[in-house]
Amino acid sequence: MKEYKFIGKSVTRIDALEKISGAAIYGDDIDFGASLLYAELVSSTQAHAIIKSIDTSAAEKVPGVYKVFTGKDFPYKFGLYMKDRYVFAQDKVRFVGEQIAAVVGRTPQAAKQGAALVIVEYEPLPAVLDQMEALRDDATLLHPELGDYPHVPWFFPKAGTNIAHWRKTRKGDLEAGFAQAELILEDTYTVPRYAHCAIETHVAIGKLDYSGRLTVWSSSQSPHTQRHLFAEALGKSHKDVRVIAPHVGGGFGGKAGVTMEIIPAALATKLKGYAVKLRYSREQEFINTYQRLGVVAKIKMGINKDGRICALDHKIYWDAGAYVEYGANVVNAVGLSAIGPYKIDNVSIDSVCVYTNLPPGGAYRGFGYSEMLFGLESHITRAAHQLGIDEVEFRRLNAIKAGDLTAYGAKMNPNGLHESIDKVAKAINWGSKLESSDPHKALGRGFAIFWKAPAMPPNASSSAFLKFNEDASINLIISGMDIGQGYQTVMAQIAAEILSVPPSKIRVETPDTDRNPYEWQTVASHITWSSGNAVKKAALDARDQILQLIHRVYHYPIDSLYLEDEAVKCENDPKFFLPLKSFVVDGIMTKDGTFKGGPINARGMFMPEFSSTNGNPETSQGGHPNVHYTVGAASLDLEIDRDTGKMRVLKVALAIDAGKALNPELVRGQITGGLLQGLATVLYEDMRYDANGKLLNPNFTDYKIPTAMDVPDEIIPIIVEVPQPDGPYGARGIGEHTMLAAAPLIANAVENALGIRIKSMPITAEKVAMAILAKDKA
Amino acid sequence: MKEISLILNHEPRTVMVAPNEILLDVLREKLGVKSPKCGCERGDCGACTVLLDGTCVRSCLVLAIEVEGHEITTVEGISQDKLSTLQEAFIEFNSFQCGYCAPGIILAVTELLEKHPHPSLEEIKESIAGNLCRCTGYTPIFDAIMAVSKEGK
Repeated sequence: MKEYKFIGKSVTRIDALEKISGAAIYGDDIDFGASLLYAELVSSTQAHAIIKSIDTSAAEKVPGVYKVFTGKDFPYKFGLYMKDRYVFAQDKVRFVGEQIAAVVGRTPQAAKQGAALVIVEYEPLPAVLDQMEALRDDATLLHPELGDYPHVPWFFPKAGTNIAHWRKTRKGDLEAGFAQAELILEDTYTVPRYAHCAIETHVAIGKLDYSGRLTVWSSSQSPHTQRHLFAEALGKSHKDVRVIAPHVGGGFGGKAGVTMEIIPAALATKLKGYAVKLRYSREQEFINTYQRLGVVAKIKMGINKDGRICALDHKIYWDAGAYVEYGANVVNAVGLSAIGPYKIDNVSIDSVCVYTNLPPGGAYRGFGYSEMLFGLESHITRAAHQLGIDEVEFRRLNAIKAGDLTAYGAKMNPNGLHESIDKVAKAINWGSKLESSDPHKALGRGFAIFWKAPAMPPNASSSAFLKFNEDASINLIISGMDIGQGYQTVMAQIAAEILSVPPSKIRVETPDTDRNPYEWQTVASHITWSSGNAVKKAALDARDQILQLIHRVYHYPIDSLYLEDEAVKCENDPKFFLPLKSFVVDGIMTKDGTFKGGPINARGMFMPEFSSTNGNPETSQGGHPNVHYTVGAASLDLEIDRDTGKMRVLKVALAIDAGKALNPELVRGQITGGLLQGLATVLYEDMRYDANGKLLNPNFTDYKIPTAMDVPDEIIPIIVEVPQPDGPYGARGIGEHTMLAAAPLIANAVENALGIRIKSMPITAEKVAMAILAKDKA
Repeated sequence: MKEISLILNHEPRTVMVAPNEILLDVLREKLGVKSPKCGCERGDCGACTVLLDGTCVRSCLVLAIEVEGHEITTVEGISQDKLSTLQEAFIEFNSFQCGYCAPGIILAVTELLEKHPHPSLEEIKESIAGNLCRCTGYTPIFDAIMAVSKEGK
């Protein structure tokens, strides 16, 4: 195997110095001087109501208030995959917290004071706060006009209902499958909503200058997608809309697509010459950005006498909130993949996207797979126990292999699932006995496996520009976001490998859509793979230009030339050595004093041309909606206090198939971080709503994210590398996947420790303690 | 409005403040120091941590007017000549991802190491328990601090 110089090495992050010295600039850090105005929102207090009137007169009189805007100023609709959303509520509000008006002031205080004085008169409508209620025939409709909403061709809304999309996947013969089953296990699992909780709240600043050009500075995972949606919604040419995305203080899917950013963008169009900033408070962050969708999953699984899963009927009902322009694609993604990483011949999946009068659901690290796997991986463990098979053995027996067919009929990509299972089982010492010396403590061990594919339109693309500077340092100009995962560093490593320039001599700047080439979005864990391919092509383009030039000037055959140590060398002439810095901008002087060449500027692009969404709407067969899956396995040891239910993770092993870990330290960083975020969803967090649809815990005091005190005692990160054939150096994404196993791991470990199966998330200490009490009583 | 004097990152500064202005806003908007970040405005997250006479405080819970005559240090103040050993260790151990919580955590640990050069893992956890990080899972932060603690005298 070829020895790489920079690929596969734990290169120091190229954004480290900026972030550690305090130099890194985030959205709220940018100075705009005296032209800056501040926007404050007036938000709905009702879950579902007709807006009868809005009285802004008192607000307008507040000293320092510049203007007040409402829905009638911006009658625009927008949405990523379905246009079902408004810049400001029009005639109706559909969730508590929905934006109704904005007060723009010269100071934040004036704007806030004004917003408190806007009076909204409502005529309440019945609110639907639960997806199962919303499915009833007599349920109030959130969107009576659903049939008219433009949407992508792979969505199937049911007009006249609250069903925004229904992904059906059918394979084999379900009845025949259940007929051969030795065991049929059927149950329901529920998962509440969750908040991303990036430490930086959403912030965006819009400015329409006097020439009519709109610039939006935005804390974003999706600068180009935002530009596109702003241009569409506000009726402007893309060339006149510019999105500048500075460093992002955490994304996790929450800053993908467009949520609040459209508000300052729209306000700016009516505030010519001013910059207008909207910065969310922590409470607004909780109530009016995307949330992870809630789930009710009904699983019926058949297993034959050989221990093979012979039938799966998986019905998943999603609480997708009041607007589903992004969230419906979560539903779609899981509807294609709800067999989990298993080979199952007879399958029926119904993944149903349901409107509710709660905040809009959207992308959250894992994109629905965490929610789906809680039920499925709980079910797998239970089925194995009922059959008297070791649950790891059961997973080995049924785990999908390369070439097996997925539920929609495409072939599974090469993968290290079996290797991951084996390595995790060994690391956790699967089969060894767990016993606590403390009679008040119970110990349990859980196991789970996972998969996830990027959910993207079939033509989601990435591109890259690369330019050499005089000293042969490089500016790599790309538009993915380093949301913390280390994207900039890894892209620099790819260019470095091809051009023999160390990553420390490569600068990757955060994007500006006017100057940086197109990138779809930094989501779906696709960026290492997709943008990596584009960067690789750009670096190869630069290398070709260099080698062509050397050939033209020195006449060495091109295939004898290569790059090493920041210089061009020649296999045929060991004495030939031309440093890149001597010519990559200035060119090469020839004998007659003329120069050949000139600045080396290169480009690269990648689009997965094999992908399509042409599957049959009734079965999902045909088409190639997913580019590939990333897989892995995990196991943990859990200690439970029998009196209080308090849990402590003693040890956890997680293996993930990165294809090729371009930077192993960064992969391990995703494992430690993603694991804790996943454990938090099962041990601590959930969004609690009252009977009127109002969030009860919109702050970090009541919505508890983990602190340094909540870290597992021991984490064993395991990197598996079965190359992705079309990935850069074999790499595929791993960012989201590291949190997928956490919830079923805990559920399975709790059952192992206590003999109690908990089927609803979260599994908090309180819930465990109550379950112990109930069991002791019974 | 009242004029207050303070030592900010080793330099004497004066600034006009209203009695209800919080230190975080004054540092960021009037004194041009941007490393303390706003994350929750109620003391839950620790992103706005600064050193007040060498002790960590949440600058969103301190009125600017209270720091008259005191010394405020932010990450800018400890990065002026070169990075501290702790900052170098944060880079070596990948103890940050998005970087938003890093200034606050670096200051919290700077105070810890000043007072306890060789903290135990439990003391390390306690010292940053009020600083939320959503990216790293904290483990790489512990690793960096343990390494500095081992090297330190």
